[in-house]
Amino acid sequence: MAMARTNTLLIRTPEGVSFTLDLAGPITRFFAWGIDFGCIVVVASAVLIAVQVWSVITPDLAAAAGILLYSGVTVGYGILMEWFWRGQTLGKRLMRLRVVDAHGLRLQFSQVVIRNLIRVVDALPALYLVGGLTCILSRRVQRLGDYAANTVVVRMRPRVAYDIKSITAGKYNSFREFPHIEARLRQHTSPAEAALAFQALMRRDELDPQARVALFCRFAGHFKSLVTFPGDATFGLTDEQYVRNVVNSLFRTQTKT
Amino acid sequence: MIVDLQRFLAAEEPYWAELDRVLNDLESYAERKLDVEEAKRLHYLYQRASTDLARMARLPYEPHIRSYLEPLVARAYAEIHETRDRPHRFRPSQWLFKTFPRTFRRHGRAFVLALAVTIAGSTFGGLAIYADPQTKHVLLPLPGLQGDPSDRVRQEEADERDHLQGAKGRFSAMLMTHNTRISIFTLAMGMTWGVGTVLLLFYNGTILGAVVVDYVLAGEGRFVAGWLLPHGAVEIPAILIAGQAGFVLAGALIGWESPVSVRSRLRAVGDDLVTLILGVAILLAWAGVIEAFFSQYHEPVLPYALKSAFGVAELAALSLWLAKSGKTNEPRAGAEPIDG
Repeated sequence: MAMARTNTLLIRTPEGVSFTLDLAGPITRFFAWGIDFGCIVVVASAVLIAVQVWSVITPDLAAAAGILLYSGVTVGYGILMEWFWRGQTLGKRLMRLRVVDAHGLRLQFSQVVIRNLIRVVDALPALYLVGGLTCILSRRVQRLGDYAANTVVVRMRPRVAYDIKSITAGKYNSFREFPHIEARLRQHTSPAEAALAFQALMRRDELDPQARVALFCRFAGHFKSLVTFPGDATFGLTDEQYVRNVVNSLFRTQTKT
Repeated sequence: MIVDLQRFLAAEEPYWAELDRVLNDLESYAERKLDVEEAKRLHYLYQRASTDLARMARLPYEPHIRSYLEPLVARAYAEIHETRDRPHRFRPSQWLFKTFPRTFRRHGRAFVLALAVTIAGSTFGGLAIYADPQTKHVLLPLPGLQGDPSDRVRQEEADERDHLQGAKGRFSAMLMTHNTRISIFTLAMGMTWGVGTVLLLFYNGTILGAVVVDYVLAGEGRFVAGWLLPHGAVEIPAILIAGQAGFVLAGALIGWESPVSVRSRLRAVGDDLVTLILGVAILLAWAGVIEAFFSQYHEPVLPYALKSAFGVAELAALSLWLAKSGKTNEPRAGAEPIDG
């Protein structure tokens, strides 16, 4: 295990495979804590209201239950949520964060309890100043509770569905009329170039319009330098549509669809 | 090099989906145990996904597949390489009569240290009150403790009203939660290499010593024994165990020339810390009930001898439980593995 960058935890498995975890920064974690604090206030308020209703019948017992439940909510919220949601509270879930073992192993109940109990020191003197400072100074962005429990808080990466069909199927491709040129295109295109073009199409919406036009202009220019389709096949095609046809030709033919 | 990405995905995705299903199953049911064939299949799927991830690592232009595979491999890695016990059903009797007392004994030296610090604090507090009775205005922050002990005893014994009538439950709950918070703080201060734990235990001992000596000097030794022993016989050991947990944490941080890394040391004591603090919470719940429902009643309602005897009996039972319970088939000291 090693630190590749300050915000990334790199774990190397004994099988020689590496994977990375994106460490969450103190600001994001503070926002998550703010949401959790709001949740605790709401739940505790609900408890107090319920106790007030109950106190009409047995005031002393209701008061005792209220004190115990209030204390249980404030201490137990983080423990229970992180245990049953596998490292997440509501705030962490909304901020796409998760508590994980610092060695990449399974999160244990004792780790969840310890990191939440040490919170009382991290929260000193106010607003998690100690925890925030240790987060900033720590290479793994750990507060004291994380250090004691051997945990880190990571950012969850969005799961991206890898759907080639969304790009290559269901659209007319004028290049299909010229299978011999398509065959030459496949012959001259490296796997890296094919995949790069595919990625560009997958991420087209993430690009600024000007950057997108410039990028597809370069891609189209490159593919045009490899093979030349007749004017009938390219008439009226934008650069992006040209690249889309190229990707369709490359992947469609390979999979015999 | 992967040339045909779609064919590669078509071939591998079923294995990834199967691995995902197995992992979901394992993560959802903590007590799930795999048989040999299932374990071999899981290992095969993990190795296959790892190989796929390694292949994708050579294709920097395929971040989406990597983004999908990395968490999958990470989850499988966590399941396969985890050597600590899987979570199991909590058995109260097993925990009460084996796990907790064994854990307490395993860290006996930390408890002795907590006791020594508290005794030092008590001695300091007692000597301070003995040398200069005026110091109790500084040492004892509670207004009820700053007056003349004999006046208080006279008042308590003369008052026939039940001060806590209709409020015993609330008082008991307040004591439980307050003392539990103090105990958690005492444990957590172990993160200051034990300095904070020492200070808290010393301060607690100082107050205790000052109160006892103040009442003894006023000739109210029977009262103070009858007042403090019923709940103190459990509450004070509970605070000491919280201090013990703080010192265990501090010991793991400091290391004492241990060849094992600090992370491994902290990992090794994690379960013990949780066991100790859970034991503390249970003891404090008992002490809270006793303090609210028993300790606050004095002669002539309850004879001091009876209250003191009850406290001594509690202390004896607690000592017996912590010293003897779970001795049968107990792993010898130092046999606990430290993963590193």
